[in-house]
Amino acid sequence: MGEILRDAWVVARKDLALELRTKTGLVSAAVFTALVLTVFNFGRDPTAVAALDLAPSILWVTFTFAAVLSLNRAFQLELENQALEGLLVSPIDRRSLYLGKLFANLIFVGLVEAVGLPLFALFFNIPIINILLPLAGLIAVATVGFVAVGTLLSALVIRVRFAELMLPVLLLPFLIPPLIGAVQVTARLLSGRPLSEVSGWLRLLLAYDLVFVSLATMLFSATVDE
Amino acid sequence: MTLKTRGRMITLLGLALLAGVYVRAIWFTPIERMQGGAQKIFYLHAPAAWSTLLAMCLVGLASILYLLMKDDRFDRFAAASAEVGTAFACVLLTTGPLWGKPVWGTWWTWDARLTLTLFLFFLFIGYQLLRGAIPEPGMRARYSAVLGIFGMVLVPFIHLSVYLFRTLHPQPIVLKPSAPSLPGDMLATLLFSFLAFTILYVGFVTQRYALGAQAKDPSHVG
Amino acid sequence: MLWADGVRHRFGAVPALDDVTFTLPAGHTLALFGPNGAGKTTLLKILAGLIKPSAGRAGVEGGRAGVGWIGHQSLLYGQLTVRENLRFWGSLYRVRGSVLETRIDALAARLDLGEQVDRRVATLSRGQTQRAAIARALVHEPTILLLDEPFTGLDRVAASELAHLVKAFARAGEGRATLLVTHNVEEGTDLATDIAIIKAGRLVEFAPRNARTAEQVGARYRELVS
Repeated sequence: MGEILRDAWVVARKDLALELRTKTGLVSAAVFTALVLTVFNFGRDPTAVAALDLAPSILWVTFTFAAVLSLNRAFQLELENQALEGLLVSPIDRRSLYLGKLFANLIFVGLVEAVGLPLFALFFNIPIINILLPLAGLIAVATVGFVAVGTLLSALVIRVRFAELMLPVLLLPFLIPPLIGAVQVTARLLSGRPLSEVSGWLRLLLAYDLVFVSLATMLFSATVDE
Repeated sequence: MTLKTRGRMITLLGLALLAGVYVRAIWFTPIERMQGGAQKIFYLHAPAAWSTLLAMCLVGLASILYLLMKDDRFDRFAAASAEVGTAFACVLLTTGPLWGKPVWGTWWTWDARLTLTLFLFFLFIGYQLLRGAIPEPGMRARYSAVLGIFGMVLVPFIHLSVYLFRTLHPQPIVLKPSAPSLPGDMLATLLFSFLAFTILYVGFVTQRYALGAQAKDPSHVG
Repeated sequence: MLWADGVRHRFGAVPALDDVTFTLPAGHTLALFGPNGAGKTTLLKILAGLIKPSAGRAGVEGGRAGVGWIGHQSLLYGQLTVRENLRFWGSLYRVRGSVLETRIDALAARLDLGEQVDRRVATLSRGQTQRAAIARALVHEPTILLLDEPFTGLDRVAASELAHLVKAFARAGEGRATLLVTHNVEEGTDLATDIAIIKAGRLVEFAPRNARTAEQVGARYRELVS
């Protein structure tokens, strides 16, 4: 197990090094997030609907779109110069490859969310300072769910035609249950309700994460090996 | 008897039973006191939704078996089940609103059954699209199997999400068909309908499977 | 050494390999010739562990950890330096720390890469990239070398450099075995101790080279394949 995690970290570190080297991916995703938030602002009538009512949905739809966009690049990196072939020839466990990509994606999406959250608070005048810690925790838990399934499906689609279009179509149904949970818990947090009210949703989110990370780890070999 | 012929016969039996369900539901089942005649669509919608769910679960199971044993027949079965599931879901999603508008005054309602069917529809469509995008049969079978298993595992989470959502946000009172609390004649009609739809599912899948086998190997009939 | 035993493979309904059986003992270099689509690359991928054959078994001594793979593409990440690439690939093969650094420097010297080692791969010339790719394959000191049409697109100088390196590899240690898939009958024959010809998935010739010249091998190839 230790070996698997260590190899996973080697893969993740490489991905992050590549990402930080060019920064294009990060900047694009961050700008995209800002643009989506802007669109949401102009898409509503501020006199008719209070920002606070729509806020959870706005936040999470934005994060969902940003995640889907970010996930496309994960395995695209390996297509350059056929590096994926090299990874598969090497003795590392396939699970290390999946977990490494998962870690790297989580950090990438996490960085984008770290930019998006303050922008969201700013644009819609939502006070998040008091609930920052539980909110950050919630974002982490929900993001793991998004990225776990997304990482596997992004590996699936690179060998398939129309990859950029296929990924959202295949991925979005899987993102809806954690999305619903995240919105409900966010709404509770924003209205100052105690978290105990939404323990059902939190349990659902955690179960989702556990189930899908395990499933993806198990099925990853079937996805990359011929 | 070839598989295709057997499939055809099962389908015809299913259709006959379905006609029987119509007759029984319309003329021989009492009208539900609270909801009136409109409630009777329930006898068709609930079993149809059940068939869609059955189709997805079987896609998932066949996918697991395919990955374990690499037998092409499981892949063919999964593909057949997905197609039939898509068809059932389409019918449900179109007849639901078409019935709903004149009877309840609303095109769509996010009730548990329709919501689940909508999700299953998206999953099935995704599955079909994936299959369509991979020309090589071995890769197609393997990738579809992975997606199929994921889809099946998602279903309980959809159930839970919808259930939790509805407990927190009780839907506005819209006249929508739901299970009557009285057993007897109504329960019998319902069970009869479940049977008809299950047989219809089996018949369609058998035919589709046989078609798939024939396409793969034209000399082999049934 | 490397071996295949009754290997059959189909891609769906399309047969690719039919009952391939052979053993290549240590110290030998096999040149595998065959027309396009004959199954050469498929066989190589099965030996490397990239593909699991439909039937039969094949393997290399020492498993994946002992295999050095050189394909058409460089398998290097363009945005990382050569050194960073080698550090990554070396880590995957459990070569770490000062051992790794020493080896990288030694390879850079032997492959005449000099300062290029600290430049990004995307900025290198084709010849330099080729040498860096070889360094990648050798960084973990493999005992088996698998090459998939490595002479493709190389000019005379680069081709002879590569040939020189393959010979050096074979001579350098005990238990080395090399399988070279190539269209280039001249280079292939020159390097080989054994010649194999594959046609429509079947191994139609497997024999020691026995001081045959490239012309003789070429003639035999045309005889069997036409």
